[in-house]
Amino acid sequence: MSRTFRLTPPLNDADTTALKIGDRVLITGTIYTGRDAAHKRIVEALQNGQEPPFPLKGAVIYYVGSSPAPPGRVIGAAGPTTSYRMDSYTPTMLQLGLKAMIGKGKRGEEVKAAMAQHKAVYLGAIGGAGALMARAIVEAEVIAYPELGPEAVRRLVVKDMPLVCVNDVHGGDLYLEGRRDYQR
Amino acid sequence: MSNLRTIDVALIRDTVADLCGQADLLLPADVRRALEQGLAAEESPVGKEILTRLLENADIAAAESMPICQDCGLAVVFLDVGQDLHLIGGDLVTAVNEGVRRGYERHYLRKSVCHPFTRANTGDNTPAVVHARIVPGDKVHLWVVPKGGGSENMSKVFLVTPAQGLPGVKERVLETVEAAGPNPCPPIILGVAIGSTFDDACLRAKRTLLRELGSVNPDPEAAALESELLTMVNNTGIGPAGLGGRVTCLGVFVDIKPCHIASLPLAVNVQCHAARHKEAVL
Repeated sequence: MSRTFRLTPPLNDADTTALKIGDRVLITGTIYTGRDAAHKRIVEALQNGQEPPFPLKGAVIYYVGSSPAPPGRVIGAAGPTTSYRMDSYTPTMLQLGLKAMIGKGKRGEEVKAAMAQHKAVYLGAIGGAGALMARAIVEAEVIAYPELGPEAVRRLVVKDMPLVCVNDVHGGDLYLEGRRDYQR
Repeated sequence: MSNLRTIDVALIRDTVADLCGQADLLLPADVRRALEQGLAAEESPVGKEILTRLLENADIAAAESMPICQDCGLAVVFLDVGQDLHLIGGDLVTAVNEGVRRGYERHYLRKSVCHPFTRANTGDNTPAVVHARIVPGDKVHLWVVPKGGGSENMSKVFLVTPAQGLPGVKERVLETVEAAGPNPCPPIILGVAIGSTFDDACLRAKRTLLRELGSVNPDPEAAALESELLTMVNNTGIGPAGLGGRVTCLGVFVDIKPCHIASLPLAVNVQCHAARHKEAVL
């Protein structure tokens, strides 16, 4: 049976090294959002010697562009977007201490190698379950690039955000392992 | 001339606005049924759990008026306009776009349309993609399909050679699904159009997604291919969310049409499990 880990960012090497593919992870605490346009801005800022919009050391980033918050809500639907589009920016961010990425879909070989090198993990959220994922988000605030609209960087406070470890620091890949028993 | 039925495009605008909201907030009944059948058929415990969560997600979305998925899609609008009808009150495409603008604002839907290079968001989810055709009768049948980017990105078009034939077509459909893997939010739905031209194949592949899951294709050749492709795709083991399982695909819709003697066009439009589509007849 799968194990469940409760983690609170910022994460350290011990947190990520303990995880193996298939482990359930419940995150409580502060995470940051970023998808295509925000990644481009963050990496450009870093290349220009500027500070990133949030501290990368130990950080957890969620690849999400939420829908607008209806009245009385902190956020709209907030499920993961497809992660490979962030691959070209990811090694730079891992090098600066990013410890976990939350998304859906396959990562490239270069990203997997960088995850192993920098002891970072890739956690899967259920794609297309935006209304369900929103329930784990208790606070949301735009902290950078507001002009990007749904792609702006947000600081989220989450409670028991349900995830599964898809890529661990040991080179495991749940997308490759998981289907083995069901392939005919 | 004087007996022509007239419809003000303002009615089309308002209907499009309503359908955008309904489509993004309410999972269609056929998709729900397919997910329930998938849950009964799934062998993988993780796969069962994912399918259960997806049904729960649809319930939450409906109860709380939240979008099923934060990707509320690029609005693809199909219109079958009766040739005995006179549209008044302005330009049809402008009215559709205004409907999309109002619907996405009113229902708190994500605006996901941007300039291709600068990536600057247009701010109101327009322009919509509008496919209008003239049909017999004096009614307007319209469908709103909010199409998510993640699954659209996994879609492919192939110009297969006649020598590669049907086996080549099957191989490429499977290749598309394998390349997509977990990315397009499986369990997926496939719109597969074979024949005609490059452009027509793509449009027909999209149009097949208007079909109801579980409906029988009236073309027996297409129906047989649908069932064969469904088995092939489910045998990949990709499963719900790509975490492994027997339910990779909820349905395959095939449309076959004659083509040029030199060609065998094939378009595969990949749709996610949040297969949103709502329609109305005016």
